[in-house]
Amino acid sequence: MSSRELILKAVAENKPDLTALPEMDLSLTIRYANKIEQFIDKLKSAGATTCHQDSKLVLQNDLTEVKAQGKFIIDLLDIPHSKDWGDLHASQLESLDTCYLRAELGVAENGAMWISEKQMSNRLIPFICQHLVIVINEENIVNTMHEAYQRIETTADGFGVFIAGPSKTADIEQNLVIGAHGSRSLRVYVMGAVS
Amino acid sequence: MIVKQHAEAAQEFIKDEARTDWHDETLWFVRHKRDKAVNTLPEWESLREWASQIKNHTLSNLDHYLKNFEERAISNGIIVHWASDAEEHNRIIHKIIADNKIDKIVKSKSMLTEECHLNDYLKSRGVKILDTDLGEYIVQLREESPSHIVLPAIHLKRQDVSATFHEHLKTEEGNFDPQYLASTARHHLRERFVESELAITGVNFAIAETGSFVVCTNEGNADMGVHAADIHIACMGIEKLIPKTEHLGVFLRLLARSATGQPITTYSSHFNKPRQGQQMHVVIVDNGRSRQLGRPDFRNSLKCIRCAACFNTCPVYRRSGGHSYHSTVAGPIGSILNPNLDMKANSDLPFASTLCGSCTNVCPVKIDIHDQLWKWRQQIVANGYVTSGKKAGMNGMAWVLSNPKLYRLSGTIVRWVMRKFPLVVNNRLNVWYKQREMPAAPEKSFRDWFKENQET
Repeated sequence: MSSRELILKAVAENKPDLTALPEMDLSLTIRYANKIEQFIDKLKSAGATTCHQDSKLVLQNDLTEVKAQGKFIIDLLDIPHSKDWGDLHASQLESLDTCYLRAELGVAENGAMWISEKQMSNRLIPFICQHLVIVINEENIVNTMHEAYQRIETTADGFGVFIAGPSKTADIEQNLVIGAHGSRSLRVYVMGAVS
Repeated sequence: MIVKQHAEAAQEFIKDEARTDWHDETLWFVRHKRDKAVNTLPEWESLREWASQIKNHTLSNLDHYLKNFEERAISNGIIVHWASDAEEHNRIIHKIIADNKIDKIVKSKSMLTEECHLNDYLKSRGVKILDTDLGEYIVQLREESPSHIVLPAIHLKRQDVSATFHEHLKTEEGNFDPQYLASTARHHLRERFVESELAITGVNFAIAETGSFVVCTNEGNADMGVHAADIHIACMGIEKLIPKTEHLGVFLRLLARSATGQPITTYSSHFNKPRQGQQMHVVIVDNGRSRQLGRPDFRNSLKCIRCAACFNTCPVYRRSGGHSYHSTVAGPIGSILNPNLDMKANSDLPFASTLCGSCTNVCPVKIDIHDQLWKWRQQIVANGYVTSGKKAGMNGMAWVLSNPKLYRLSGTIVRWVMRKFPLVVNNRLNVWYKQREMPAAPEKSFRDWFKENQET
C-alpha cells in the first residue's frame, strides 16, 4: 500500500464519530460605530502611516515627490492599464524602492487589506519593495474577517494576501523592529467618497 | 546522546536567576498582550467554541477532507505528496532537491520540518538549508534548536545575538542595538532570498474545499522566499485542514491574538496555484498523528493551531525554558503531543506541570490540555515509565491516604518530628526543601482543632 493509502486508511479507522459543523451566528460579532476610524487606528498601531484627509491630493504629491527622486518605482494604481511586471525576476526587483497598489478590501478589526494577484502584477512586488503604498476606498472597509471572506473571492487568482502593516520582528529580546524581510514601511491612503 | 529529563534540565536553566526572571516576565508580558487583544472582542468565547467545533468536525471526517484537499490542489496545479513518517517526509524533499539539482534553499518557519529534523537529514547529505525567520536564523547560526514555537530565540538576550552576529556576520563587537542587529540580518538574508532556487514553508491552514493553503508571518520571509524561488515546497501535518474558506475568518481572528496579542499577523498569504513556470509541492505528513487520532483521551490535541498561548501562560514553561522539554514543541501542548510520538522518551513531560489549568483556559481551540496531562501521567505510570523512587513514593502515599488511622498517626509523627528535629526534613536530601523553606508544623491537625472547637 502507498503511504497515501496507509494514511487515509489509518485516519478512517481511527477518526471519532461524525460531529456537525457549528452554526455560526455572525450577528454576535463586533460592529464598529466608525469602521474607518477603527481601521486607521489598527494600521497605526501596527506601524503604518495613514492618510484620510485630502488623501487624493496628498497621494498625488507623494507620487510626484517620490518619482522625482529617480528611484525604482512601480505604480500599479491603474490596473489593468499599468505596465505588466510579471516577468521580472527577484534580482531585477531587488532595487525596487516604492510600490503603489490598490487593495480590494480592508478590515476594521485588524487593519488588514486584501490584495489579489492581479493587483500586484508580480507576486514578489509587495514584499520585496522597500516601501509599500496601498490605496483603498473607504466604502471597501468591512468590520471583521468574517465579512471580508464573504466579500472577497480568494481563489479568483493563484495567490492573494492580507497585509496589515510593514514587516516586523520582535525576535531579539522582544524588541519591536520595523522592517524585517518585507517592506520597511507602509503608507495607506484611505480614499473617501468625496476626496 | 543522553537527553536530560525536564526537571534536571530546568535546574540548569534556573541557575542564572536574573535571566530566568527576565524569561518569566517577558513571556508573561506576551500573555498580557494576548489578554488585552482578546478583551476587545465581546464574541471571543463564541469564536473559541466555533473553532473547537470546526476542528472536531474536521477530525471526525478527516479522510474525506484530505481527499478533497488533494483533488482540488492537484487540479490547481499543485503536486501533492504523502509521507507516513518523518523519514519519508525528508526523503521526498531531498528527492525534489536532487532531481532539480538545487543548492540554494531558504526555509521559513515550519515546526513540522523541525519535528522531522529535516535540516540534519539534508545536512548529512550535503544539502544546506537557510532558516530565514530571524529567530530561527539566530538559533541556526548558534547550532541550537528553537525554544518556543512562535518566539524561537526567546531564551537568548541581545548580548547573545550580538556575539553570534559578530562571529558570523561581522557586526560590530559590543553593539547590542536590536535595530542594528535585525537590519544587518535583513541585508544579509535579502541576498539569499534573491538567489534562492527553492523555498520551503510550513502551512497554517489548508482548505479542503479549494485545495489552497494559508501561511502567516510577520517578517515576510515566507513570501520573500516563495515568490523568488522557482520551486515552493509546503509541508503540513494532516491536522492542518479546515473544511471551508469562510472558516479562515474564525481561525485568523484567533491565531495572532492568542500568539502575540496582535489582531492579525502582518502577512496572511493565500496560495491557490503556482505562478507561471513555478513548481508548487505540498507534502502531507502523518508522523504519528493518525495514531493520536485513535486515542479518545488525546485526539483533540490535534486541534492545535500552534499559537503557543499555553507556553506563555504556563508557570512551569516560563521558569524552565523551552529546551528543558527536549522536543520541537515544548510547553503544555508539547507535553501532551510528544508522549504519542515516544512515550518512554517523553515520560517526564506530562509531569512538568502544576495542573493549574491556565493552558486550557487560554487555548483558542479549547483543547483540555491540563486534563490530558493528568491522563498521560496515568498511562505513563501504567506502562512503567516512572522512576522506581517516584513509584514507591506514590504507592506509599496511596497506602497512607487510603488508611484513615494510619494517616492520622503519620500526621502526628511528622508534626512532632518537624517541630523537634527540623533538620530531618530541612536538608539537601529532601527535594521539597530545594530553593524553599519547609513550612512550620502546626501543633495539631485541622481534624483535632475542629473536634475541640465543635465540642465547646
